[in-house]
Amino acid sequence: MADQTTETLKRTPLYDLHVEHGGKMVPFAGYEMPVQFEGVKPEHLWTREQAGLFDVSHMGPCFLSLKDGVGEDGAHEKIAAQIEKLVPSAIASLKPGRSRLTVLLNDEGGILDDLIITRPEVPELQGMLYIVVNGAVKHQDWALFEDKLGAETVLTRADDRALLALQGPRAVEVLKDYFPGCEDMTFMQSNRMYWKDVRCGVQRCGYTGEDGFEILMFADAAVEFSKQLLADERVKPIGLGARDSLRLEAGLCLYGHDMDATRDPIEADLGWVIQKSRRERADFPGAERILKAYSEGPAEKRVGIQPLERAPAREGTEIHVNGERVGTVTSGGFGPSVDRPIAMGYVRADLTAPGTKIDLMVRGKARAAEVCALPFVQPNYKR
Amino acid sequence: MSTYFTEDHEWIAVDGDTGTVGITKYAAEQLGDVVFVEVPEAGTSFGKGDDMAVVESVKAASDVYAPVAGEVTEGNGDLADAPETVNEDPEGKGWFCKIKLSDKGDLDGLMDAAAYQTFCEGL
Repeated sequence: MADQTTETLKRTPLYDLHVEHGGKMVPFAGYEMPVQFEGVKPEHLWTREQAGLFDVSHMGPCFLSLKDGVGEDGAHEKIAAQIEKLVPSAIASLKPGRSRLTVLLNDEGGILDDLIITRPEVPELQGMLYIVVNGAVKHQDWALFEDKLGAETVLTRADDRALLALQGPRAVEVLKDYFPGCEDMTFMQSNRMYWKDVRCGVQRCGYTGEDGFEILMFADAAVEFSKQLLADERVKPIGLGARDSLRLEAGLCLYGHDMDATRDPIEADLGWVIQKSRRERADFPGAERILKAYSEGPAEKRVGIQPLERAPAREGTEIHVNGERVGTVTSGGFGPSVDRPIAMGYVRADLTAPGTKIDLMVRGKARAAEVCALPFVQPNYKR
Repeated sequence: MSTYFTEDHEWIAVDGDTGTVGITKYAAEQLGDVVFVEVPEAGTSFGKGDDMAVVESVKAASDVYAPVAGEVTEGNGDLADAPETVNEDPEGKGWFCKIKLSDKGDLDGLMDAAAYQTFCEGL
């Protein structure tokens, strides 16, 4: 982050509101974003108990549509066939208003990004997909869509909008006053809804392990909406610091850290994103490598790591067994809800069983740890 | 006994040729909740400005530098089980270690409390 100057950084529509609420602004994914307000730990705990408001407008919400025939019969199958050239998940079989987490693959089967793809609920929008990619790689993802799918599809970036996340056990009781009916939605369901006559995309999902919603809104409305939410005593603004500790406790991957272009979905323990129909068709990029790893097991695999001492092991920490290097920590820190250090990383395939003893080499000292199951906290999704 | 401060937000309270070292209230507030502290063991020697200890918050690990050259006579063992002491009482019970100064001249470039306060106000 050292060489980024504020001149080149963008601001989200909520920038002034973050500063007003005491947000400590830092460069992240090309934007000035709040890393914390009150403090990472209190914000983390608040989100697990109440409702936390996150500005995730730095991410890459976009729409991918057929050039012709949106709303016609069979349009969803046609747009699904396009995106399925780049992802290994079954998009054609998504029901209206449902979403799926998937990964964007390079020709070698390496992960270029993780993303959420949504099939719209309304009939007139069939043939369009709502896609949210990661902020740090959104420009290369969009370039890939244009390059590989541009002849048949149109990409529309939602740059005129803000993306907000309201997360936590009380998110639903807060949000139902703004979007009546959202309380009946289930995890990974999406709906077009209106707030004060402004069209919004409301989705029951998030990246904290808690129940909650993500809302795509036009910029002006998002500012007013956020002000109203933050005036509610159940809601506090939450920064990127707590977003990271929440997702780590929930066992969720951060792109560029827990997976990257050198890792395939099987190594990343994301094999579940590849539905059986796609495995049988073997028609996605890098299918040969990925299916071989699926049937024979990968050389290394992502696992949860429980340090048994108090020292946190950060990203890049070497994992040793009997003095031999067997892996690397890819995310690590302290979990405020579990009140102990937590980590995840990659280890050799024969060491992935929970309970396997490993050493974490923290500042040259071997610290005892063991492989553990993920997540560290049980998710609280509304199924 | 006099207390001195560094631009890296360490304090050292000097009594004779021994100093007690910790991080300032300002630094503790900036770090947020401290979850782990690694203090040096007795017998370890440092040059002025060397990495001496590590303090970890939920978010990140930060190095703590030796404000003076010298040899550690005692590390604060209580912080291993109670790292939150650094937030609760950074300039008291949250001390990191005691150092026998090799050269009291190292103190010359450090700030007193008033100068340090002015320095923090300018940040």
